[in-house]
Amino acid sequence: MNIHEYQAKELLAARGVVIPRGSVCETAEHAREIAASLIAEGETLIAVKSQIHAGGRGKGTFKSGYKGGVKLFKTAEEVHAGASAMLGNVLVTKQTGPEGRLVRKLIVAGAPAIEKELYLAVLLDRGSSRPVIMASTEGGMDIEEVAARTPERIFKETIDPAVGLMPYQARRIAVQLGLRGDLIAQGAKLITGVYRTWAETDASLIEINPLCIIIGADAKPKLVALDAKMSLEDNALFRQPTLLELRDLGEEAPLEIEASKFNLNYIKLDGTIACLVNGAGLAMATMDIIQHFGGRPANFLDVGGGASKEQVTAAFRIILQDPNVKGILVNIFGGIMDCNVIATGIASAVKETGMKLPLVVRLEGNNVQAGKRTLAESGLTIISGDSMADAARKVVQAVAA
Amino acid sequence: MSILVTPQTRVLVQGITGAFGARHTQLSLAYGTQIVAGVTPGKGGQKFEDTVPIFDTVEQAMKETGATASAIFVPPGFAADAILEGVAAGLDLVVCITEGIPVSDMIKVKRAMTGSRTRLIGPNCPGIVTPGEGKDSSGGCRMGISPGYIHKQGNIGVVSRSGTLTYEAVWQLTSLGVGQSTCVGIGGDPVNGTSHLDVIKMFNDDPETHGIIMIGEIGGSAEEEAAEWIKSNCRKPVAGFIAGATAPPGRRMGHAGAIVSGGKGTAAAKIEAFKAAGIGVAETPSEMASTLLKMM
Repeated sequence: MNIHEYQAKELLAARGVVIPRGSVCETAEHAREIAASLIAEGETLIAVKSQIHAGGRGKGTFKSGYKGGVKLFKTAEEVHAGASAMLGNVLVTKQTGPEGRLVRKLIVAGAPAIEKELYLAVLLDRGSSRPVIMASTEGGMDIEEVAARTPERIFKETIDPAVGLMPYQARRIAVQLGLRGDLIAQGAKLITGVYRTWAETDASLIEINPLCIIIGADAKPKLVALDAKMSLEDNALFRQPTLLELRDLGEEAPLEIEASKFNLNYIKLDGTIACLVNGAGLAMATMDIIQHFGGRPANFLDVGGGASKEQVTAAFRIILQDPNVKGILVNIFGGIMDCNVIATGIASAVKETGMKLPLVVRLEGNNVQAGKRTLAESGLTIISGDSMADAARKVVQAVAA
Repeated sequence: MSILVTPQTRVLVQGITGAFGARHTQLSLAYGTQIVAGVTPGKGGQKFEDTVPIFDTVEQAMKETGATASAIFVPPGFAADAILEGVAAGLDLVVCITEGIPVSDMIKVKRAMTGSRTRLIGPNCPGIVTPGEGKDSSGGCRMGISPGYIHKQGNIGVVSRSGTLTYEAVWQLTSLGVGQSTCVGIGGDPVNGTSHLDVIKMFNDDPETHGIIMIGEIGGSAEEEAAEWIKSNCRKPVAGFIAGATAPPGRRMGHAGAIVSGGKGTAAAKIEAFKAAGIGVAETPSEMASTLLKMM
């Protein structure tokens, strides 16, 4: 589950990570008030940041034509005007796709003068099955690009889960980042706070990019987490009830929300052949085989191991709400579950939804003969596929016709 | 022969009285698997289906019944504890079927298992089947949730991250009259007990395994590591398939571990590694068995 920058920063700040002074708001008037009080406190430049679950906000464009989802202003009036242009409008970035995302909240915060930009992240290292802290002297850039061009500027510290992050490891990263003097202790404290946030929230990723060295009001250098990206691990949310409240349904595709209500795992894609499959691996493989025979999958849909009639009906309803869908491929390997139960579910779902699109069904496994008979006797136009390849070929042909 | 389990392996089930565990214990018993004990804390002294004794702890169950392997069906919040109870009791093998265990729990489990004698398979996996010689392969060892009847005793090893894709491969083999030595589902989570490579090495050392099907998917680099080893060490033909070529980057495709992130773990990179290692790549998931058989 992804969360917003402002939510991530609250979790981080609660664990000693320094973030820029500021606040979150939902109206332009409130944005002006926050800006006015920040200016009164001595801030000379104010950042206004659109809160959406996607990167590339700064270079994004609103559908209204207004440029920039993250902007800097000097006066409270400018902040008011900028906030008015952003709130309630749809921001399109390289990560949102052409449909963009509606901006409903903004961070209004002080924008300190930056001396140097660094990078810090905590994530799982799948190779060692341990958490890893990744840091780089090249902040403010795409870390994949840094990894490709200058891998020697990326530092990694693997954490032993038995003892957690040790202070010497935090200091070592601070020194590798080029911090000296007082900044080493500051850096170690911040790194420890970020790691604690990762561990305590069951996060899958925290990324601080950039982590900035700024010059404070006392003319001394300070470390500030200027941006924060964070995702929480779905499997751990059952024991993190307060974090579950951070879910923003407005950021999720409506069909995916609908699917999750029926314990269906649905991901919308942009092709024309919908698929309904049991099992994640088989569902991916079904998408792949559609593409192999020249079609394009409209979705990933895993109905799980024990799909019920209700789930199958819900799955059909969800698939049919995608206007791009021109044909459907059902691929079920009923190992334990009864293929006839699935067949009955398919037949009643087709009748209930009044579906007219070409439908290819490939059933295999337990009680498959009875299942095929049920489909054949249903009076519906259902094309039967003998193997995955046969079914995929048939659905691609049916859609092309 | 086979790897990991034989028809004689004495199996206990942790979570035998839950609906999921009970259903699959019944199926394993019907298949002929030696399910000798169940463990449900607080229900010690009772019997499952009037036949299988239930114990309060894994240690008691092992001591009383001689069980050496455990299948775990407990809910995700209790699974790490169940695994480590099996490890502490000194089981040879723990197969964790449970889906949805927090990654942070599995990180701790793996750390705690360092140096232990127990092998963990899974979590979030269909389990292991060593087919038997009876009708529809009955009389074999079925630990987990795979359909037993699709198997056939024979000489092909199957290892996979995905349940239903494993069934697909097994069924293709069986339909062509070709049997399996052992089929292992290693699970779809990013942190698991046993990797593709671990299983491939076991198949390589098993005289009764003559060929191997390896099924992978997007995410991580376990398939690449296995391929690298196979290139210079594996003496047996290996065919493979990678699922997820059409998956959009940054999205988790059902399995917690099936995600392309930061440009890493793509199907293209894995297929490339397979080809470089001389692994026969099935063009479509319909051709997993036939691709291997062409190589043998």
